[in-house]
Amino acid sequence: MNHAVSDSQDMRHQWLVFGLMFAFFAIAPYFIYPVFLMKVMCFALFACAFNLLLGFGGLLSFGHAMFFGTAGYAAAHAAKVWGLTPELSVLFSMLCATLLAWVVGLLAIRRQGIYFAMITLALSQMVYFVYLQTPFTGGEDGIQGVPQGHLFGLIDLSNSSAMYMFVLGVFLIGFALVWRIVHSPFGQVLKAIRENEQRALSLGYDTDRFKLIAFVLSGLVAGMAGGTKALVFQLASLTDVHWSMSGEVVLMTLVGGLGTLFGPVVGAAVIVTMQNYLAQLGSWVTVVQGLIFVVCVMLFRKGVIGEIASLIRKPL
Amino acid sequence: MEIFGIPSQALFGQLLIGLINGSFYALLSLGLAVIFGLLNIINFSHGAQYMMGAFVAYLALQWFGLNYWLALVISPLVVGAIGMAIERSMLVRLYKLDHLYGLLLTFGLALIIQGLFRNAYGASGMPYAVPEVFTGAIDLGFMFLPKYRAWVIVSSMFVCFSTWFVIERTKLGAYLRAATENPSMVQAFGINVPRMITLTYGFGVGLAALAGVMAAPIYQVSPMMGADIIIVVFAVVVIGGMGSIMGSILSGFGLGLIEGLTKVVYPEASNTVIFVIMAIVLLIKPAGLFGTEK
Repeated sequence: MNHAVSDSQDMRHQWLVFGLMFAFFAIAPYFIYPVFLMKVMCFALFACAFNLLLGFGGLLSFGHAMFFGTAGYAAAHAAKVWGLTPELSVLFSMLCATLLAWVVGLLAIRRQGIYFAMITLALSQMVYFVYLQTPFTGGEDGIQGVPQGHLFGLIDLSNSSAMYMFVLGVFLIGFALVWRIVHSPFGQVLKAIRENEQRALSLGYDTDRFKLIAFVLSGLVAGMAGGTKALVFQLASLTDVHWSMSGEVVLMTLVGGLGTLFGPVVGAAVIVTMQNYLAQLGSWVTVVQGLIFVVCVMLFRKGVIGEIASLIRKPL
Repeated sequence: MEIFGIPSQALFGQLLIGLINGSFYALLSLGLAVIFGLLNIINFSHGAQYMMGAFVAYLALQWFGLNYWLALVISPLVVGAIGMAIERSMLVRLYKLDHLYGLLLTFGLALIIQGLFRNAYGASGMPYAVPEVFTGAIDLGFMFLPKYRAWVIVSSMFVCFSTWFVIERTKLGAYLRAATENPSMVQAFGINVPRMITLTYGFGVGLAALAGVMAAPIYQVSPMMGADIIIVVFAVVVIGGMGSIMGSILSGFGLGLIEGLTKVVYPEASNTVIFVIMAIVLLIKPAGLFGTEK
């Protein structure tokens, strides 16, 4: 019973922070360049998807860019070639990412730990080469000039504030979905598997099935982020499928705080900001990213939100 | 002359390239397997260390005029020593944590190393001359075999099999295998396990650097030369299973050959064939061809 009380208190804290985050993203476009904020939200959602798998399921996927990038191509193709409306394009991109995640998940969950990371990385490299060679992706050029279209056929998204509201909406839906999953009975089992897979198995949970579902859900949310990003930037390209993108999402989650709810959002904001400021320095960005990786792993494993959470002793 | 409608010249040419690539896959996956056996981490910076090996050879020639043969000795020592410094200063603090942190740390190190080299030398490759003894080719009757390539295949096989011999057939190797099974027990017998771990990491990294020196005259010396090959090597390791030294050697050479063959039969798939094989192996024998389920 005590546990139930503290649980509802935790929820109250998380609602409070969620409100603050919503308020920030609602007011911020008056002060900060909206396109930058939309980029942050897309990556934040991508990082939340990744964190669902690593932070709560203990599965390190080093190939998450394949879902992000696949969704980007799917949304761009649907909007440009088929002329679908934005919401349908994003839904289609989520469908594609989900199907891919299901296939990849079936293969990857056959091995554990470090092998899981290597298998996902290798499969994402395969997906990268396939997109490099198939004609519909436009190879090195990518799919450019993707029309932003009319939301529900009514609201013109080439208007930047309408687009901002659309991205904010997608971000909040995706975030709420991850939040709900983490607090559901399914999420609890997932955490149990992360802590001790053998014990969860002996309690009668089909751990492989849980891991597969987590993987597919994570792919779905990553697809949501990737499809939206393609519409915002009107571009789907190989960059989003490359292994360095998979590395970036790991970094965002690590900086913000593994296994925290809001960490990935903060981490995405930090990394995207850093890339903006260092963009003119070329390959120094890679060096700085590497340094952040090393510092985080050696000294700062809880991440920004993780540190704050342990300071105030509340899960965030 | 044609075999299955494919000109034999092209077939043997691609098979040779496949065998060359296979030599590097074998050397690199062998290093990964040795490191993984004792340290339980995947050394993500293996590709960067392979690149460093090639660069040390290139710079030794540019700065000090040291030739290929000296580079073959110096480069693994230098890069191995840097590796050991990394192990002592950083990796050693992560052994008690989840193994994933070792992967993340070495990934970060790879980004740093590759970024620094790209800043200094740009993205384009630099040529490294074939040593004079090995210029020219041997006429085998059905094809011309460049002497240097023959040397790479023979010497990498030699290195691989002597590593296998040391680990599987000598007393030193017995200590190593015992420490893989149960480090605290081996320590109780009076063997300095932490030092053994450091030396093992240095050796694995040195193998990568050796592969880098051998690769320098064939591919060009460039900062990103190790970035993509390492992902293929990961797939090779998944296919072979990391538990077995011989397994990683055989799958390295074997997959190189298959890749070469694919270039002749269906060139579009040559980039992806190893990943496809990995997927099939995962479906049929998840532990890998030579691995055992733990």
